[in-house]
Amino acid sequence: MSRLEVNNLLEVNNLLEVNNLRVDLPVEAGTLHAVRGIDFHVERGEMLCLVGESGCGKSMTSLALMGLLPRKARLTADRLQFDGIDLTTLPERRRSDLRGARMSMIFQEPMTALNPAYTLGNQLCEGLIRHRGVSRREARDRALYLLERVGISAAKDRLEQYPHQLSGGLRQRVMIAMALMCEPDLIIADEPTTALDVTIQAQILRLLRELQQEFGTAVIFITHDLGVVARIADRVAVMYAGEMIESAPTPALYANPAHPYTRGLLSCIPAPGKTPPGSRLQAIPGVVPSLVGSVEGCAFRNRCPQAQPACERTPPLMSLPGDHRARCHYADRPVPAPLQPEMSS
Amino acid sequence: MKAQSTAEMVGSRPSSRISNASSTPETSQSPNPALELCGLSKSFTLGGGLFKRGRTLGAVNDVSLRIPRGQVMGLVGESGCGKSTLAKMLLGLTSPTEGDVLVDGEPLRGADQKALARHIQPIFQDPYSSLNPRKRIAQIVGLPLRVHGIGTAREQATRVAETLDVVGLPRRAAEQFPGQLSGGQRQRVAIARALIMRPDIVICDEPTSALDVSVQAQILNLLLDLKTEFGLTYLFISHDLAVVEHLVDRVAVMYLGRIVEEGSREQIFSAPRHPYTQALLDSALTPEPGLGVPDIGLGDAMPDPSNPPSGCAFHPRCPKAQAICQQTRPRLEEFRGGNARVACHLA
Ligand SMILES: Nc1ncnc2c1ncn2[C@@H]1O[C@H](COP(=O)(O)OP(=O)(O)O)[C@@H](O)[C@H]1O
Ligand SMILES: Nc1ncnc2c1ncn2[C@@H]1O[C@H](COP(=O)(O)OP(=O)(O)O)[C@@H](O)[C@H]1O
Ligand code: SF4
Ligand SMILES: [Mg+2]
Ligand SMILES: [Mg+2]
Repeated sequence: MSRLEVNNLLEVNNLLEVNNLRVDLPVEAGTLHAVRGIDFHVERGEMLCLVGESGCGKSMTSLALMGLLPRKARLTADRLQFDGIDLTTLPERRRSDLRGARMSMIFQEPMTALNPAYTLGNQLCEGLIRHRGVSRREARDRALYLLERVGISAAKDRLEQYPHQLSGGLRQRVMIAMALMCEPDLIIADEPTTALDVTIQAQILRLLRELQQEFGTAVIFITHDLGVVARIADRVAVMYAGEMIESAPTPALYANPAHPYTRGLLSCIPAPGKTPPGSRLQAIPGVVPSLVGSVEGCAFRNRCPQAQPACERTPPLMSLPGDHRARCHYADRPVPAPLQPEMSS
Repeated sequence: MKAQSTAEMVGSRPSSRISNASSTPETSQSPNPALELCGLSKSFTLGGGLFKRGRTLGAVNDVSLRIPRGQVMGLVGESGCGKSTLAKMLLGLTSPTEGDVLVDGEPLRGADQKALARHIQPIFQDPYSSLNPRKRIAQIVGLPLRVHGIGTAREQATRVAETLDVVGLPRRAAEQFPGQLSGGQRQRVAIARALIMRPDIVICDEPTSALDVSVQAQILNLLLDLKTEFGLTYLFISHDLAVVEHLVDRVAVMYLGRIVEEGSREQIFSAPRHPYTQALLDSALTPEPGLGVPDIGLGDAMPDPSNPPSGCAFHPRCPKAQAICQQTRPRLEEFRGGNARVACHLA
């Protein structure tokens, strides 16, 4: 059956469909449920930001999608479909082809993905030659074109250089070029600018957003930074303790966050012009629950300012108007009035 | 958590002079700033050998700065610009190549370690690596007292318990190991260890950079409380401009080892004059959807600190650079009646 037929059969419109994805890791104390039954999708050509604090399962989710989970990890899903292709049953060989040709990944630390022993030219061209069967010369032309597009001057000389000869910002530009070599449908970028200085981060983000829109590439952008999300995302999905607790188009998430955790995250960063300098910030008390063993009821309830007895039951993923979903019993209730920020002195 | 004033629990304010004359800020309104840096420089020699002269890297160059008592001075700039090297000189962890540090008007040079420790204490970024994993929290927090032989074992134990209260750690944490605590709790331990010597001045080097935002808010609240409670003076190093704007009274902006602009919070955040300060502020992505990512027009031609650009070190990246910028280094000139300084030919 051709891909087109499969698409028609299932009426797949979204590039990626994920239902009830779970990732379990055996650890000394039992089983660590790193990803606990998440549902989401990625539309063609959109920038979806996955946001959440460290340890909430963002990287495990991205590795699950790429088929790069640690060997000991166990993945299950009701549905894990990339452009109509069932990823859960795909043989590793075809999976690897897909990874090179149609999905690519950008990591936080480019050195983990770059081989220090090969020139940038070799590494840029390798995938295209292997997956698309183009000539070395064609591959080199595309590499030169993309290096220029990502703002690297003297691109020809760069092809002969080794990764360690570049600064962190330049390396991340090379990674973007490399991710675009095969014209993939999906790029997963896991905290690609977290290690960079703010001025470099701004330039890399602007570039990534421009190219993503120009080439119509879908991007899953993973970050913990709600400032970054606001500026680049079409849609946002918020993760907490291995669950996806809210998703919405970007403007809606910031204007009407429906989950208490999202509201907490947004109010604990000082907002210039809004938070009076020196005033107390609204912290989220407590810590994330352990992901080893099962979590009863709402995973956020011990830290939630709005928790009720009902929260001991697992909250449903509630649908709100405008493609907005939140996993909270009270997601559709009006938001309680915010506490007045008190001055500290 | 606070039944009585925490200041009372920890004791009277520390002496404000290197000599051990005891005084409180109410009685001694010293005209001196709490901390003054005079032409401070630090250079490192790279790759020298027996017959080969190494190259010199000027990590900090001719930095002069006054931090008034009870104020928070923010220090911002990209990684590698010399912030941590500056902090280490203030803490006596590395000695300046040139220049002096004055604490309440008296030079730090030659002051003994104990006197220094009573005045200036650090809080570092990484609460994971800065705490000894094999020591219990009580030992970690009490270590400075033991090192400097302050108090009897009993007095030390009491002081540790009081200090854990002050930073909001449960008493049972005293018997735990760092590995048993969360990141936020470990940073509270680091703060307790800094406070136990009752310093006047705390050097915070990226104190919340390794923490999640929800925990960061708790730690920032704590730092603000402690400042009011104990009349502390902070040098607050951070790359997060929203946090800096929230916390500080004044800001110094560093580029390649030099201060390029310094002024009050209002001046720096609402009327920055140096093109680098302007670019830094533009790069700070506040959570406002719809604004997109601005084009800051800097390029990422990061300079090599061992071979800094001529003239204004920022000129290769500066969108406003003129011929003179390449030739002559701009002086750090005062404006606003000496209340602010900027080093730019075109500012
Ligand atoms: N190789 C591993 N073995 C066991 N547990 C892991 C491993 N990698 C990550 N984890 C755990 O899985 C959870 C999710 O991790 P991760 O997806 O890396 O979070 P994030 O990227 O959101 O910071 C965390 O609790 C983490 O400690
Ligand atoms: N011990 C050292 N030996 C040689 N160079 C050093 C040493 N410590 C710091 N440097 C260099 O000094 C410069 C400033 O470093 P640092 O003070 O750590 O910057 P920041 O804290 O602003 O990131 C950098 O170029 C760094 O590589
Ligand atoms: S379900 Fe309950 S505990 Fe969970 S976020 Fe909603 S109100 Fe809070
Ligand atoms: Mg991660
Ligand atoms: Mg540093």
